[in-house]
Amino acid sequence: MSRKDATLTTHGFKYFLRKLWRDPMGRWGLLILLITSFVAVICPIFFPFDPSKVGVDASSILTGPSQTHWLGSDELGRDVLRQFFSGARISLFVGIMATIISTIVGSGIGVFAGYYMGRLDGFLMRITDFFLVVPALPLMIALGAIFGQNITVIIMVIGFLSWPRTARIVRSQTLSLRQRQFVPRAKSLGSTNLRIIRTHITPHVMPLIVANTILVVAGCILSEATLSFIGLGDPDRISWGTMLHFSFVSGAIGRGAWWYFLPPGFGILFIVLGFTLVGHSFEKITNPRHRGES
Amino acid sequence: MPFFLRRIATLSSSIFAIVTFNFFLFHIIPGDPIRLIARTQRLNTEAIAKLRTSFGLDGSLLSQYFRYLSKLLHGDLGYSFFYKENVSGIVGRALGNTFLLLTASTLIVVTCGIAIGVFAGSRQGKKSDTATVVSSLILWSMPTFWVGMLLVFTFGVWVGGLPISGISTANALYSNWFQYAMDIGQHLILPTVTLAIVDIAFFIIITRTALIEVMSEDYMLTARGKGLSRRTIVWRHGFRNAMLPVLTASALYISALVGGAIQVEVVFSWPGMGLLMYNAVLARDYSVLEASFLLTTVAVLVANFAADMLYRVLDPRVAVSK
Repeated sequence: MSRKDATLTTHGFKYFLRKLWRDPMGRWGLLILLITSFVAVICPIFFPFDPSKVGVDASSILTGPSQTHWLGSDELGRDVLRQFFSGARISLFVGIMATIISTIVGSGIGVFAGYYMGRLDGFLMRITDFFLVVPALPLMIALGAIFGQNITVIIMVIGFLSWPRTARIVRSQTLSLRQRQFVPRAKSLGSTNLRIIRTHITPHVMPLIVANTILVVAGCILSEATLSFIGLGDPDRISWGTMLHFSFVSGAIGRGAWWYFLPPGFGILFIVLGFTLVGHSFEKITNPRHRGES
Repeated sequence: MPFFLRRIATLSSSIFAIVTFNFFLFHIIPGDPIRLIARTQRLNTEAIAKLRTSFGLDGSLLSQYFRYLSKLLHGDLGYSFFYKENVSGIVGRALGNTFLLLTASTLIVVTCGIAIGVFAGSRQGKKSDTATVVSSLILWSMPTFWVGMLLVFTFGVWVGGLPISGISTANALYSNWFQYAMDIGQHLILPTVTLAIVDIAFFIIITRTALIEVMSEDYMLTARGKGLSRRTIVWRHGFRNAMLPVLTASALYISALVGGAIQVEVVFSWPGMGLLMYNAVLARDYSVLEASFLLTTVAVLVANFAADMLYRVLDPRVAVSK
C-alpha cells in the first residue's frame, strides 16, 4: 500500500461521491438508495398508515388492487400500499440503527486489538472468532424469543451479533498501519497511544470502515426481515419482514394474493441490492488492489 | 500432533462456552423461568415447587448448573409440554431431516457455484462476467424465505406440479422403499432449490474473486509462457490454488447455510431443526427452543472444525507454519 491511500480527510466526502457516480455499479446503487430513502422518508408523510384502521366486513379482506386500494388490502382489510410505505421506514430504521451499534463495537475492538497487539489482541480475537463461527440466526431467534417482540430488542440483537467481520477487517488494517514509520515517530514526539489512534490510525481505517459499514447495513436489513418473518417482529411497528410474516401466516400465497407478498419482498431485495452495490463500489475505490477492475 | 490437540482444545472450550451461555440464557435472564414454562400467574406455591424440581430449577445457581451439565452429558435435553415427549427424541428426528436438506443443497451450491465462479473469473471484465456478478448480487440480496414463498406460489398455486409442504405425502402407502424415497425426493426439490439459489451467489462471488487473485500470480504468467492451453491454465493451475481461499470462507458459508435452512424449513414445513425452532417460538416452548439452539450451534462449530482440518491437509504451507 502506498502512502497516498485515499483517506476521508485528504479527499473529502465529495471526492468519493464523484468516484461512486463514475462507477456503473456505484451509480445504480446510489440511485436505488435515493429512491428507497424517498419512499421511506417522504411517502409515509403523505400516505400515513394506521394499523388500527381495519376493514369493515369480510368483503374487504385480501382484495386485489382497486381504485381505493392501489395495492389491494391485507388480511384485516388494511391498505397494503400505505403499509408498504411505513414498512420501508421501519426496515431502514432498524437496519441503520443496528449497523451503528455493530460498527462502533466492531471497529472499536478491531482498532484496539490491532494497535495494542499482544495479549489484548489475542483475547479480543478469540471472542471475535467465536462469534464469527457461531451461527447468527439461531442465536438471534433465541435472544429475540426470550427478550420479547420489541423494536429495541431487535436492533440490539442484530447490532450486537453483526460486528465480528468488521472487527477482523479493521484489525488487520490497523496492524499494517501500526508497522509504519509514523507510529514510533509520533510516540517519540510525545503523543499518547490514544492520540495516535485518534489522529493517525482512525483517518486511515475510516474508508475501510465506511465501505464495510455500507455492506453491514444490507446484512442487518436482511436479518431484520428474517427475524420478523419468523414472528419476532414488533407487532406495533410493521416492517417489510413483518408484512411478509403476516402474509405467510394468513395464507395470502394460497389465495394468490400476490399484491400482499410481492411488494415487501421486492422492497427488501431493492434496498439490500442498493447498499450492496454501493458497498462493493466503495470497496473498489478505496482498496487499490481491486482498482482497474471493471 | 500438538497442533491437532490445540484445535481440539479450542473446539471444546467453544462448545463449553456455548453450553454455559445457553444455561444463562434460558435459566437466568428471563427472570423466573417457571413463569415462562407455566405460562400463567395463577399457580399455587405447591405446584411451582413441583415444577421447579422437575425442571431442575431448585437449589443454588451453581448446583443447578452442574445438574444441567450432567443431564446434558447423559443426553437428557428436558421434556416438552407442547409435544408431550422428551426433547431428545423430537430433536433427533429433526436433525436427520435438516441434514438431508443441507447435504442436497450443498452439493448443488458447491458444484454449480464453483463452475460458474471459475467461468466468470476467467473472463474478468467481459460481458458474461459482469452479467454473472450482477445476477449473483441480486440473488444474494433476496431474503431466502421470500424466494421460498415465490416458489410456493409458482409451483403450489400458479403453475402447480411439485409438492410444496412437508417431507412426504400425508397418509400415503408405499409398496416398496423406492417409492418412499421418490416421494421424499420430490418433496426435497423445492426446499433444496430455494436454499441453493441464494447461497450459490455467495460461492460464485468468492470463487471468482479468488480465481482473479490467483490469475495475477507470476506462476500463471509462466504457465501461459509455456504455451499451455487456456483450459489447463484455468483448471489445473488457477482453480486448484483458488480453492484454498474458498475453503477459508466456508465458516461464513456454514453459518449462512444454517440460517437459510431455518427459513426454508419454515416456508416449506420441512420437519427439521428450523421448523422446530419456529414452532417453539410460536408456542413459547422453551425446552425445545433451547435444545435446538444448542444442537445447531454445536453442529456448526464441529463442521467448522472439520473444514479447518481439511484446510490443513490441503495446504501444506499452513501446516508447516503451524
